[in-house]
Amino acid sequence: MYTVRVYIYYKSGVLDPQSGAIKATLSDLGFDQIHDVETGRFYSLKIDAPNISSAQAIANELCEKLLTNPVIEDYEFEIMEA
Amino acid sequence: MRCAVIQFAGSSGDGDCFHVCKNILNKAVEFVFYKESFAPEDFDLIILPGGASHGDYLRPGALAARSKVMKSVIEAAKAKKLVLGIGNGFQILLEVGLLPGAVLMNKGLKFFCDDVFVRVENPDTPFTALYKKGEIIRMPLACKYGNYYADGETIKGLKADNKIVFSYCDEKGNSTFESNPTGSIENIAGIVNSEGNVLGLMPHPERCAEELLGNTDGLRIFESVVRYIEGGKANGRS
Repeated sequence: MYTVRVYIYYKSGVLDPQSGAIKATLSDLGFDQIHDVETGRFYSLKIDAPNISSAQAIANELCEKLLTNPVIEDYEFEIMEA
Repeated sequence: MRCAVIQFAGSSGDGDCFHVCKNILNKAVEFVFYKESFAPEDFDLIILPGGASHGDYLRPGALAARSKVMKSVIEAAKAKKLVLGIGNGFQILLEVGLLPGAVLMNKGLKFFCDDVFVRVENPDTPFTALYKKGEIIRMPLACKYGNYYADGETIKGLKADNKIVFSYCDEKGNSTFESNPTGSIENIAGIVNSEGNVLGLMPHPERCAEELLGNTDGLRIFESVVRYIEGGKANGRS
């Protein structure tokens, strides 16, 4: 059993109005040192697989088939023995 | 002419679409549940209605796009049947790849619910033949994720092939930043696929299709379809 933690974020160049709003509010609060804000989504999954490379293959496939929309999103994941 | 209205978990525009087909157009219409399937020859027009299907979980339209009924919708689209996606239905068509691009959250980060003006950019589709090119019409818009996005190449292709069907504008027809509440690229409100038989749009024509509602600007989308199907042009025209 492996735990996979998937991070999904917008591709560069895709406008994310939320991050702009968050950055503006941070600036209102006095956080002038913040130059960039990115938003995204996070999923944690438990995968039954015989070894880590097969767990990675499953994780890649499910990211591409469902969790992300390749038109606007990129993903990465970390994987560890559960 | 036979119409289908697909019902996903959470669809809310299904009743309005059914009503327009049955009581305004006087056509045969059936609901099809998202766990069911159908054959391409079963229907001439398939409507994917609005309303946050499957709670908009994951991404708007993402879960609905992977439901059983969508395999039938794809088959029907390949068989040149007409497919109309309204609001969330448009998002489902994008997620399933029947139309190019994706949607992002509206530029104002809010659920937008009001009438908008759109310009008919392409009257040469089965859905818009009864409009004039450049005609300004008013339709209700109700969405949080209506901000259409596609990469530069895709947009270039949509423009070159005249696949942008509706675009947001002001009352006089000017495409301005203010007249586009979603922030969509090129003020896009609706696009059609390269074959011309799949239309997706964010505004709701089924909510402005009868006098009782004070606006009939959306009715001609449905009437155009009737003319296309029953006028003997259902095959071979793109």
